[in-house]
Amino acid sequence: MIELQGTQPLRQRTGVLFVLVLVGHLLLISAQVQSGAGVPVLEAVTFGLFSRVQLALAAVVDVGRNGWGNYVGLRGARAENEILKRQLADLEVRMQEQRALVARTGQLQQLLDLQQRTSVPTIAAEVIAGNPNPGILSVTVNRGSRDGVTTDMAVISPKGIVGRVVGRPAAHAARVQLLIDPAAAAAARIERSRAGGMVAGVDADPPLQLQLVSNLADVIAGDTVVSSGTDGVYPAGFAIGTVEKSERGPGLYRAITVRPVVDFSSIEEVLIVLIPARPASPRPESAALPVERAK
Amino acid sequence: MKVAGVIVALLVALALQSTIAGLRIGGTTAVNLVLVVVVYGALSFGAAGGLVIGTVGGLFQDALAGGIIGIGGFAKTLVGFLVGWLGAQFIVSQPLSRFVMFVAATILHEACTQALYAVVESRGFRLPYSVTLTQALVNALVGVVAFQFVERGPQVLARRRARSGSLGRRHF
Repeated sequence: MIELQGTQPLRQRTGVLFVLVLVGHLLLISAQVQSGAGVPVLEAVTFGLFSRVQLALAAVVDVGRNGWGNYVGLRGARAENEILKRQLADLEVRMQEQRALVARTGQLQQLLDLQQRTSVPTIAAEVIAGNPNPGILSVTVNRGSRDGVTTDMAVISPKGIVGRVVGRPAAHAARVQLLIDPAAAAAARIERSRAGGMVAGVDADPPLQLQLVSNLADVIAGDTVVSSGTDGVYPAGFAIGTVEKSERGPGLYRAITVRPVVDFSSIEEVLIVLIPARPASPRPESAALPVERAK
Repeated sequence: MKVAGVIVALLVALALQSTIAGLRIGGTTAVNLVLVVVVYGALSFGAAGGLVIGTVGGLFQDALAGGIIGIGGFAKTLVGFLVGWLGAQFIVSQPLSRFVMFVAATILHEACTQALYAVVESRGFRLPYSVTLTQALVNALVGVVAFQFVERGPQVLARRRARSGSLGRRHF
């Protein structure tokens, strides 16, 4: 036997040659065999492999093209972004304006409804200013003596009693003392038990107290407090607030705190009741009861 | 000289194989002379020689057979390389070891051929064991005899010549 193989490189070359020859045979066989689709296997395999290469190449090209396109697109994106941000800010401001307009329209609609529902003559007024003095809780409305407004006229809102006109009204403006002012008060009663008393503003939370109510009276938390009309200023039956706490007092009267129904921090439109104040009446029950309609 | 002998043997084997193609057992020829030459060459010249002889012989046999060219070439290349590599790893100078090598090579060749046909024709793998074993035994027998003839034939001829020469000089 002749030993042809001897060194390691020779064996490696023989192995490589062996693999190459086998691959060559496979290619030769594939070239003669038809695949299921009638295409030569060699062609099918070649096309399949080459299509993979094409796919990979196309993916690489796409990445490059997209990357370049994104880069070019980004060049103008910053300026466009700034413009869009400004437009967005403008639109947000407009949207806020529209939203405020809608809210104001709703408030005016409520005011108009109240004006149509109530039996007393009223005139709509817009709050045009607050009070610069923090110790006095009052606002200024755009209706004055030219509109028939006089001192002590009641001021109401769709939710309930707001206050009364104080001081001498100007021709086109008047000052309204809010009911939560510590110097303000209104005749009131418990709607459920009809227990009478006087609501007065206090410098506390809640800012209203129902005073002069007997310890024997039936008053519980959650009761609705309405105007009784006996003070000659506020028409009877308008909502004032809700009893938050009712306790037996140390003397003759109960200690009752009332949460007002009107949000005094956001009064914009009100109705001024065009009925001049009259002397206080001892029979509050004789007054009208529009509270349900006002609600 | 030996290479030329292998080439001649290969050509003779191809000619004889095509001549005795009618001798079949169960659809397969009872002997594969080309394969015998490939194994013989691989055992004689190693893996590289087996590789070349297997490739050439297989391709020629495929071409003559008229089927798919490459299947026989693949199988014989594989067999030639492996037999040559094994022949370099183990001592296969004895008739029995050569016989075993021929049998194993034939079975491997048939299995490889059937596997390739199964792939190409998209059918299941079928190996006719009895026919394959018969062909393996015949191939092994032919191969071992060929080895014996090639290795010991010249010596036998020389002895016979020497014997006939000495007898011729005797005078009774």
